[in-house]
Amino acid sequence: MSETLHARASHLAELEAESIHILRETVAEFANPVMLYSIGKDSQVLLHLARKAFHPAPLPFPLLHVDTTWKFRDMYAFRDAFVAKHGFRLLVHQNRRALAEGINPFDHGSQKYTHALKTQALLEALALHGFDAAFGGARRDEEKSRAKERVFSFRDRHGQWDPRRQRPELWNLFNGRVDAGESMRVFPLSNWTELDVWHYILRERIPVVPLYFAAERPVIDRNGTLLMVDDERMRLRPGERPAPRRVRFRTLGCYPLSGAIESSATTVEAIIHEMVHARQSERQGRLIDHDEEGSMELKKREGYF
Amino acid sequence: MDTARQSPPPLDIQQLLDEHSRRELLRLVVVGSVDDGKSTLIGRLLYECDGLFEDQIAAVRRASAKRAATRTEAPPELLAQGLKAAAGAEPEELDFSLFTDGLRAEREQGITIDVAYRYLSTPRRKVIIADTPGHIQYTRNMATGASTADAAVILVDARLGVLAQTRRHAYIASLLGIPYLAVAVNKMDLVDFDRATFERIGTELADFARTLGFEGVRLFPVSASQGDNITRASTRTPWHEGGTLLAWLESLPHQRRLDGAPFRFPVQYVLRPHQDYRGLAGQVASGTVRVGDEIQVLPSGRRTRVESIDTFDGPLTEASASMSVTLRLSDEVDASRGDLLAHASTPPLSLQHLDAMLVWFSEQPLDVTRRYLVKQATRTAPAQVERVVWRKELEDLSERPADSLSLNDIGQVRLLCRRPLLCDAYQANRATGAFIIIDALTHDTVGAGLVLGPAGTSATREVASLVTAAERHGRLGQRGAIILLPATREASNLAVELERRLFDQGRHVATASGDVEVALALARAGLLVLAQADAPQARRALREEARDARTEFLELDGAESLERWVERITRSRGEAP
Repeated sequence: MSETLHARASHLAELEAESIHILRETVAEFANPVMLYSIGKDSQVLLHLARKAFHPAPLPFPLLHVDTTWKFRDMYAFRDAFVAKHGFRLLVHQNRRALAEGINPFDHGSQKYTHALKTQALLEALALHGFDAAFGGARRDEEKSRAKERVFSFRDRHGQWDPRRQRPELWNLFNGRVDAGESMRVFPLSNWTELDVWHYILRERIPVVPLYFAAERPVIDRNGTLLMVDDERMRLRPGERPAPRRVRFRTLGCYPLSGAIESSATTVEAIIHEMVHARQSERQGRLIDHDEEGSMELKKREGYF
Repeated sequence: MDTARQSPPPLDIQQLLDEHSRRELLRLVVVGSVDDGKSTLIGRLLYECDGLFEDQIAAVRRASAKRAATRTEAPPELLAQGLKAAAGAEPEELDFSLFTDGLRAEREQGITIDVAYRYLSTPRRKVIIADTPGHIQYTRNMATGASTADAAVILVDARLGVLAQTRRHAYIASLLGIPYLAVAVNKMDLVDFDRATFERIGTELADFARTLGFEGVRLFPVSASQGDNITRASTRTPWHEGGTLLAWLESLPHQRRLDGAPFRFPVQYVLRPHQDYRGLAGQVASGTVRVGDEIQVLPSGRRTRVESIDTFDGPLTEASASMSVTLRLSDEVDASRGDLLAHASTPPLSLQHLDAMLVWFSEQPLDVTRRYLVKQATRTAPAQVERVVWRKELEDLSERPADSLSLNDIGQVRLLCRRPLLCDAYQANRATGAFIIIDALTHDTVGAGLVLGPAGTSATREVASLVTAAERHGRLGQRGAIILLPATREASNLAVELERRLFDQGRHVATASGDVEVALALARAGLLVLAQADAPQARRALREEARDARTEFLELDGAESLERWVERITRSRGEAP
């Protein structure tokens, strides 16, 4: 098989073409779209696809980082350098009131914290700028309620998702009609799996935050979850003392809520190798997914991405 | 700043990646009636193909035990024992449906409400599985899953046999052009793997399916909950020679590509980063195009050549379905979103008045007096269903006369679109022959449509007129036009003054809200129509439809003064003030 035929036949090429179609369709149908940028690997892939979709023009929308102030320091550094390098328009939004009230992941529990600093902050930002469509990097293979998401996911005036009232979505014909105040969440990576994402990162040489690669990091073991002590704000419980361990992250979020895995994978290839043999799902290190059964669905109904 | 650490990959990784990228994508839909065991079958497939992770399995173990416990009215101490036993349960005791039913209401009711997508990898295939609801109330979600599928698995409960809903699903699958069908007669364990039962059900459904025109129909006796003939051949059905469901999935021809079909390129978006670059971005819907090919732009019919095929990764010499690319043309021809590029020798149909099959999704029945929007390829056009020709009776597949279509009905209709659809018959081209129907008022997607072809013999409803445009021009001393005002509040205040000025100049002028139909009718009658619309969609519709109807159109700039507007209108008219 020749190189071009090979590239065309591969399912990655198929997924790429589909995602580009979705990106362009959204920009064509909405007045004021935005791309949610969480600095993770899926965001990096989404952003790369967006550059492809609109090349040689610059991105026709800004990026929005909903910042809880509790991300890993490496993530902030990566974000600033990456955005500066490419000249993207980046909006950073924080729920200032919640921060002023001192809401944090330790005292308020992951549910309240997530609601205030992620869901509320996101809804505030969308309303503030009047965005009528917001791209997200969610994939259907991540979690059971994600598997039920449409590519174009309708949200009412309050940013809420109602799984019973989803619009049927046939072929590649997306219904982008919304009234004033309503909006659409758009998920161009819906049909990608975690393995596809890493394979694509390798193939396209997409830069990602170094935390995805194994290194010695100061870690505590809390009920089987490995938490990295990223700065002095981490609340240690009696008897807990950070010790260096060789770990990496499969998903990134707020450092007090993101579990690491022990790993020696220091390259993308090694990550892929490890993943093929992995027996744990990507999100098992995410504390916020496990508050209770159906936890992600409830968050999404309220407006979480 | 490049933190992706990439060294030359070791050999086994390279092999693994090669295999991964060579894997063909297959889209599968699993359908059947309520409680036929679709979710269980998919859970089983994922489990046995290593598509599940240990924490997911552990979570389902806990939930299975919980569910089992609530079903039996056992004393608490026994219940606790049961929970402990379930924690180390054998796969046979896992409730596989819990891997897929992800919504709370679904778990509460034990049914699947909405389509869920699952991903399965086998050494040869990446399979996207649409797990669809069986409940009649959610047929629309079944059609959603089926619209992109290359193959369908239909489940039948061995104890119940073929149900009305089974026939309905098989019919929809065939209507949507799915070529390959597997009939999985499930719960064979509950009929003691009785061969006669299997053959009776299988024959009935297979006969039915063949009349629907599937290319291939295969039968499998399975037990989804126990794993017979799913990925492993069952010793309990020695009489079955058809292999396993998984082997069938792996043996199917690769998804039907449309690269042999005529070239179709719906223009999705115009890229114009600077004066010297104008690219038409889109996804090749079917066929292949090469640099230098002569193509035409529809609906204008203007011919030109493909100057270049651009991508982020560099230019290409050819592009075929379903690549997303950007085309640059040799001439500065007018082409925008909703237009379609095709080879000059193989143009698509251009249909304003057409026959189509509809699957109706809405609780509100189809209303022939109501305005709908048809979205086909990248074009959205207002449309009206002129009449329902017939409705399919799914019990016996007969065609019954009908005035309307209700929720989940399927029927043939005659459709009148205000702008022509650049399309093909669905049978010839799944990409350009499909459309959705959107309620113009509620914005809900209310139907899925498949183009059959030009409307039959009945006369079109276009209003004929014995008065020509030239006669109107002669009488009024002006040609009709639509003038779109800026989308600001100040502009709507100024509209009143603008109308007065133009009227005082002796012009025949009227103001209209963003309703396209009204604006076009007034302009056709020879009036200058001051159209006001804020919503981007309404403004775009005005622009596009004026262009399609070849009605003069002028858009005013919000930064300019009233005087300048009057001057612009006068100058554009080329008529004496």
